[in-house]
Amino acid sequence: MTGISTDVLLDIHRRMVRIRTFEEEAGKLMESGKIPGALHLYVGEEAVAAGVMVHLRDTDQITSTHRGHGHLVAKGGDLKRMYAELFGRATGYCKGKGGSMHVSDLDLGMLGANGIVGAGPPIAIGAAFSNKYRGTDDVTCCFFGDGASNEGTFHEAANMAALYKLPVIFICENNGFGEFTRQERHQAIHDIADRAAGYGMPGVVVDGMDALAVYESAGEAIARARRGDGPTFLEYKTYRYFDHVGVRGMGVIYREDSEVLEWRQRDPINLMEARLAEQGLLSPEGAAEVHEAALADVREAIAFAEASPFPEPSALMEDIYTLTASAGGGA
Amino acid sequence: MTTIEAPASREVPYVSAVAEAFAQLMREDPAIFIAGEDVALYGSVFGVTRGLLNEFGPERVIDTPIAESGIMGLGLGAAATGLRPIIDIMFMDFMGVCMDEVVNQIAKMKYMFGGKAKIPLTIHTMAGAGTSMAAQHSQSLEAWFCHVPGLKVVMPSGPYEAKGLMVAAVRDDNPVIVVNTKTILGMRAHVPEELYEIPLGKAHVVRPGTNFTILATGRMVGESVRAAELLASDGLDVEVIDPRTLQPFDTETVVASVKKTHRALVAHEAVRFGGIGAEFAAQIQEEAFDHLDAPVGRVGAPFTPVPFSPPLEKEYLPNADKIAAEVRRILGRQA
Repeated sequence: MTGISTDVLLDIHRRMVRIRTFEEEAGKLMESGKIPGALHLYVGEEAVAAGVMVHLRDTDQITSTHRGHGHLVAKGGDLKRMYAELFGRATGYCKGKGGSMHVSDLDLGMLGANGIVGAGPPIAIGAAFSNKYRGTDDVTCCFFGDGASNEGTFHEAANMAALYKLPVIFICENNGFGEFTRQERHQAIHDIADRAAGYGMPGVVVDGMDALAVYESAGEAIARARRGDGPTFLEYKTYRYFDHVGVRGMGVIYREDSEVLEWRQRDPINLMEARLAEQGLLSPEGAAEVHEAALADVREAIAFAEASPFPEPSALMEDIYTLTASAGGGA
Repeated sequence: MTTIEAPASREVPYVSAVAEAFAQLMREDPAIFIAGEDVALYGSVFGVTRGLLNEFGPERVIDTPIAESGIMGLGLGAAATGLRPIIDIMFMDFMGVCMDEVVNQIAKMKYMFGGKAKIPLTIHTMAGAGTSMAAQHSQSLEAWFCHVPGLKVVMPSGPYEAKGLMVAAVRDDNPVIVVNTKTILGMRAHVPEELYEIPLGKAHVVRPGTNFTILATGRMVGESVRAAELLASDGLDVEVIDPRTLQPFDTETVVASVKKTHRALVAHEAVRFGGIGAEFAAQIQEEAFDHLDAPVGRVGAPFTPVPFSPPLEKEYLPNADKIAAEVRRILGRQA
C-alpha cells in the first residue's frame, strides 16, 4: 500500500461497498418480482470497477457490459436515477427506456451498459479515437468479460487500437464463465491477456480480487494511454458470486457451491478491510459506518424509484431521432 | 428538378458529385472525418474519396483494416463523443459483417439512453448489380435498414441528388445511411458548385404526368423515366416520383400523385419480395384505396441471389422495358 494515499484507499473501499450494497438489494428486488426483466449482478467483481474507476475523470469514457451496474456506481453514477431505471420509471437515467442492460450516463462518460456481448470494444475505440482527434488526454476504459474475448468485435477493435495507438484500455473481467459455460469449455487458453501480444500491445494478468493490484495495474495502463503510448490489455481474474442472471438464477447446477465459497474466502471487500485495519486506516467500526451509509443511500434510492412515476404512454415514440432541420421518424 | 436549379451549365459525373460533397463538408466542419477500407491512399475503389487525403491529411481521412465491425464501432464511439464521422462500407453486401453495430448499437443508442445521445453519423455504401460482381458484391439491401427505428436511409438517383442528399445526411444529427449505386457513378448531370441540401424525407416529382404514377428508387428512377417515354407512345402520361429518402418516407407527395393518376407502380432494383416497394405499395393502398383503379404494381429483381454470368445478370435486373411491360399489364387487367 506504499505510495497510495489514505484518501484513495478509503475511496476504493467505499466504492466497492456501494456496488456490493446496490447489487445485493437489487437482487432481492428482482427475485421478489419488484424489478422487471433480468439483472446481471456484479457481486464478487467489485475490486475491478473500483480499482480502475478511482483513476478516471468524468471526461474519461467507459464502455460497460450487461453486468454494468458496478461500473456506473464506481464511475459516480446517481443511485436514485439508476434504481429508477431498473424499476422502469420516468425519472431513471434512460427515462425507463433502457433498463438494467442499457443504464448509462453520458455526462459521466458512461457509454452504456450493453445487451450484446462484445459490443463495447468497437465503441470504445471510437471514443478513444475521438479523444485523440479532439486533442484531449482523456482515455477510454473498455470493460468486457472472458466470454466477449471470443467475439470478433474484440479482435477487430484490439487490432485497430494498437494500429492507431489509441488511448484505450481493454479491461477483461475474467470471472471464469461465459454465461453458464466455464472458461476452459469456451476457449483453449488460460490467460486471455496472451491475446494482447497478437495485436502488439502489452497484456497483463492481475488478481482481480485484490483492489490494490487492480489500482496499480490500471494506473500504469491509464497513464500510458494518457501519454499517447497506446492501449494495454488488463486481465483481471475474478469471480461472479451470483448466477449469470439474478442471484440463484434458474437453479440449474453448473458449478459447485464449494467453488463459490472458496472464492468468497478471498472476498475483495474483506481483503481490503483486513489490509486497511492492519495499517490502522480503518477500524471495524469505521468499516461498519461505510456499509451503513451505503445501505442508507441505496434504500433512499429505492424509495425514490418506487415513488417515481412510470413513463407516460406518449413517451413511447419520443427520443428515437434527434430533431434537426429535416424531420425524423418513420411510418 | 427543383427551384434552385440553375441553367444546366455544370455537368458533373455522379462520382465527382459525391467526392465534392465530402470535400466541401470537411472544409466547413472540422469535426467531420472519413474512415473506411482504402478511402485514403487509394481514394476508394469507386473513386468517391479521391483527393481527400491530400487536402485533409491522414488524421481526417483514414484507411482502416478490413474490419467492418471495428470501423462501424469507431464511427459510433466518435459520434457519441462529439465528432461527425463518415463511415464508408465499400460494398453494401459487407453491411452484413457489421449489422450488430448498425442495428443494435447505432440505431438504438439514443432511445435506449432516454434521448440523451446524439449520433451524427453518416454511413456511405454502394449497392447495385450489373457489373458481374456476383452475389456478394451486387445487392441492394436498403429495405433491411428502413425497417430499423433510429436509422434514416437515402438512395440518390443521380449526381444532383447524390451531392444534395449527402450534404443533408452529414449535417443531420442522426445516423443516416447513404446508399449509392455503383452502376450510375458515371452518369452526368447538372450539379451546383456550392453546398446545397436536399431535405431528407421529401420526395421529388421527376416527371409530371396525369394518368399513371411510377414510384422508383435509385437507378430505377432513370429507368422509369425511360419507361414513361416508351409509354408516351401508347398515349399514357406517366408521372415519375423519386422518394429520395426511403426512411422517413414522404407518403404525402406520393398519395397526392396517386389521387390524381389513380394507378401506381413501385420499382426498385432490390429483390421484389419484402423489398421497400412492398411497404410503399401498402401505404398507397392504405391512404388512397378509394382513388385506385387498379392494384398497385411492383417491379423488382426476382427472388434469387445476383448471378455472375452477364446474360443471367441481364435477366435478373429490372429495367425500363420491364417497367413499361408491367404498366401495360396493369392497365390490361383493368379494362
